[in-house]
Amino acid sequence: MRAIRWIAWILVVLVAGTTMAVLVSDDIRDAVLGKPGQGTGIADIGGPFQLVDHTGKPVTEKDFLGKPSAFFFGFTHCPDVCPTTLYEMSTWLDELGPDADKLNVAFVTVDPERDTPELMNNYLSAFGDRITGLSGTPEQVSQIVKEFKVYRRKVEQEDGEYVMDHTANVYLMDAGGKFAGTIAYGEADDIALGKLKRLVAGG
Amino acid sequence: MRIIAATCLALSLFAAPAVAGDYTSGSLTIENPWTRAMPPGAKVGGGFMVITNSGDAADTLVALKTPRADRGEIHEMTMAEGVMKMRELEAGLEVPAGGSVELKPGSYHVMFMGVTDGFKEGETIEGTLVFQNAGEVPIAFTVGPVGGKMAPMKHD
Ligand SMILES: [Cu+2]
Repeated sequence: MRAIRWIAWILVVLVAGTTMAVLVSDDIRDAVLGKPGQGTGIADIGGPFQLVDHTGKPVTEKDFLGKPSAFFFGFTHCPDVCPTTLYEMSTWLDELGPDADKLNVAFVTVDPERDTPELMNNYLSAFGDRITGLSGTPEQVSQIVKEFKVYRRKVEQEDGEYVMDHTANVYLMDAGGKFAGTIAYGEADDIALGKLKRLVAGG
Repeated sequence: MRIIAATCLALSLFAAPAVAGDYTSGSLTIENPWTRAMPPGAKVGGGFMVITNSGDAADTLVALKTPRADRGEIHEMTMAEGVMKMRELEAGLEVPAGGSVELKPGSYHVMFMGVTDGFKEGETIEGTLVFQNAGEVPIAFTVGPVGGKMAPMKHD
């Protein structure tokens, strides 16, 4: 009986999810799926990683426990989404005031070939001193990309250059390292700030 | 706000001709080209503007030339399922007859590729737009703050 009930519930969730995917616009769906605490199947985000921060220090997922965290994935050769998100994040941190100290914020490169810790250090200096840059070997970066279920694709250009397609959401994690929601690209300032405040308050 | 707008207007009136504003060439008008200050070490930047075509034939933006970058390209950015994708528009960007196209964050933009001397807020970046029909149109981009989402100064 219990198994049947579970299967029924799973079917309900699947049908609801599919209907939502078909009927609802991207924005609304992201907003719904991004809410914390809703079992949507994407909650299995996060996990162990080994990376190097922008000062050259090795870090692991354990360095991000004890405080909630916000992780954003991108690359410095991005003209638009990455600098605007980092800039917005810096303004949200300003608005959090002293509470910003209760939050870890990390910018994880999806392009370790070009984004060395030195370059990240330099680049991030434009966005205040609260955002940690994370890079590493290609294998180390692949590991965290996999753990966070980040979409990343290298797109070669004819001139030998390349751009990176990448997930543009900010991932919110609680103090125990558990996925707590997302902030979508272009989300309204007050909503994004509200999510960060809730995260810091532990609710 | 009104005071800031008035100050901007006043400044723009007294500014040298090189300062960004609106540009016309034949039936094309290019409004307020702008770009962003670049974080240290950044190599690329996006340029934004509104191009209006009052003529009765479509034209196509095919290239950006600028002394401040190794190369200029025309790009489209899209966001779907939370994933950012950026692609070069190989065939250029069409400006429809009697219509306009907006180059803006999260959408179409011209790309400065291989910038060595990063753009600073408040400076002006010279460039030339190349159109299929209208040919070369020299313009200048106003540089707004790092990460800005809107044109730094709007004066009409
Ligand atoms: Cu990006």
